[in-house]
Amino acid sequence: MNGAFLKLWGMPILLGLLTTIGLVSALLGDGIWDIVSAFALGVPVLAGLWYGLRGWRS
Amino acid sequence: MSSHSLRLWSWIHKWSSLVCTVFMLLLCLTGLPLIYHHEIGHLLGNDVEAPAMAPGTPRANIDKVIAAGRALYPDKIVMYISQELDEPAIWNLTLGDHPTDEHYKPIAVDARTAQVITEPAFEGGAFMSTMFSLHVDLFAGLYGKLFLGLMGLLLLVAIVSGVVLYAPFMRKLDFGTVRHGRTQRLKWLDLHNLLGIVTLVWALVVGATGMVNTWADVLLKYWQATEIAAMLEPYKGAPPPTHLASMDAAIELAERAAPGMQVGFVAYPGTPFASPHHYGVYMRGNAAFSSRLYKPVLIDAQTGVITDQRALPWYLTGLLISQPLHFGDYGGGWMKFLWALLDLATIVVLGSGLYLWIKRGRAAQAARSTRPAPESAQPALARTGEGR
Repeated sequence: MNGAFLKLWGMPILLGLLTTIGLVSALLGDGIWDIVSAFALGVPVLAGLWYGLRGWRS
Repeated sequence: MSSHSLRLWSWIHKWSSLVCTVFMLLLCLTGLPLIYHHEIGHLLGNDVEAPAMAPGTPRANIDKVIAAGRALYPDKIVMYISQELDEPAIWNLTLGDHPTDEHYKPIAVDARTAQVITEPAFEGGAFMSTMFSLHVDLFAGLYGKLFLGLMGLLLLVAIVSGVVLYAPFMRKLDFGTVRHGRTQRLKWLDLHNLLGIVTLVWALVVGATGMVNTWADVLLKYWQATEIAAMLEPYKGAPPPTHLASMDAAIELAERAAPGMQVGFVAYPGTPFASPHHYGVYMRGNAAFSSRLYKPVLIDAQTGVITDQRALPWYLTGLLISQPLHFGDYGGGWMKFLWALLDLATIVVLGSGLYLWIKRGRAAQAARSTRPAPESAQPALARTGEGR
């Protein structure tokens, strides 16, 4: 894995993994599992909001 | 990526999205209120609440519960009775003119006193049932479902081809870059790529599980034709049951046969979840995951004895597990909220995709009239970059 690959795909893979954790976690249990899910699923949403709004405004 | 395969993937992405975009926009818009159907039902005063009683109040005889509901519609037959996992104080009865009546009457009965609580609004009221039909089958029954399933398949193709195209577009850019060029188009292209890649896995999962859900009727019919038919072999030529055995006894029997589980719903004879001769008693666990998995106990509707209990086939288990992943109803309030935001982000992806395609037509026209140079003289990537 080289730098160019990670530069291009690093964030998409990270966000994809977090989404997957978020989707699966709450399915397996309640309580802490739901909290893990909310945080893991929240990161891609925040990333979309952050980069999207920043790009929109500038 | 060679310019040939780039053009191929662009073509796939363009046409798969163009065909499904209008329907996906409809599904995203109608799906939004469906995420919050409980809350909306509460606001509209359509939700059902059982009067508070001391915890541990024993449940009433279920035959009395059913009799109370049937007293409202003596000419109708029972199709289903069910209980929500978190509301054991209510039995939801579904009454109809025949076992597959689409205009059924829902009735909520207190599980402890056998008193009718209310007749809930049909499918949550006019607004929610319209949203539901538009989302599920476009008011066109099985064919509407299968059509939307096909559109879902195109969405999956559009997502996958979109990911393939992400590389040539973003190779030279940092993640999340939104460029501002001479035209609005460049900004929207970058926003489309950004929100598309951010929602990628969610959209894939919700799209795929939605598609699987459109096959629910077909899967049930297949199950009927194979496993249920096999269970019915001994009943060949037998007349349908003339009187129905006690439901209270049937549920008690099922609870003993499946220790640690509780009743999710009971399908009456003739409904898609039972056979013409059986009650289908569907037991489920009470933990987060096991509550999604049902175990059917089939009870002879005339004699009241258990004739069969078997695990659901893999395709129905798959269907049941795919449902929460589509609805986003399994992780509490934060998950619903994130589901709604991801839904909104998907609307932006769809809308910007459409915008990029419309602008593309104009840009190409302008290029043809002002620039004599043939398009093939430009570098391939720039060409497709502007042309997608």
